[in-house]
Amino acid sequence: MLIFTFLGSIWLEVFLKVGVLRRIKRALLSILPVAILFLIWDYHAVISGHWWFDEEQVVGILGPKGIPLEEFLFFIVVPLAALLTIEAVRTQRPHWKFGDEQ
Amino acid sequence: MTYTQLAILSVILVVIADRYVLKTHLLQRKAFWTAYAIIISFQLITNWWLTSRKILSYSEDVILGLRIASAPAEDLLFGFSMVTLTISLWIFWGRKGIQRL
Repeated sequence: MLIFTFLGSIWLEVFLKVGVLRRIKRALLSILPVAILFLIWDYHAVISGHWWFDEEQVVGILGPKGIPLEEFLFFIVVPLAALLTIEAVRTQRPHWKFGDEQ
Repeated sequence: MTYTQLAILSVILVVIADRYVLKTHLLQRKAFWTAYAIIISFQLITNWWLTSRKILSYSEDVILGLRIASAPAEDLLFGFSMVTLTISLWIFWGRKGIQRL
């Protein structure tokens, strides 16, 4: 699923030259605070039993409270895909307003 | 709090952040909704994959029980909050002049 999401969006960087990875500092400043907030939510959900992961279907590298490595990567890969998507829209509709124009 | 309550709360907080804290006003922009339409399509595919194969399971006690593409409807709120806040921050930093181009 992570590979699907990653490959499904990373081609935008290569072929549409959206320049998200080129602007890595801005990307990390956007992704990491959100990843931390949602990992806190995830951690709370796991210890409260809101959701759980099938041990048979994860790689097996586990963090605190048995949260799999894949879950940590999820909170990086999905937000990155979101940034690649919004910037891909910009390449196709350059006249639209995004809010960060000068 | 249940997953339903937390998911609704997260949407409220993200709407406030977009509008009043980061002032990116994404929710009024065609550009944002176009990107979100693409993102939610893929979310439905990955949600279906993760839940129908029971890679990820949810306690019935903390969700409404309404399922979309096999996953709890709450997941769409969770996804909306995460994606919107990320894009909002991205636009915010760009406006601040951090790697704008």
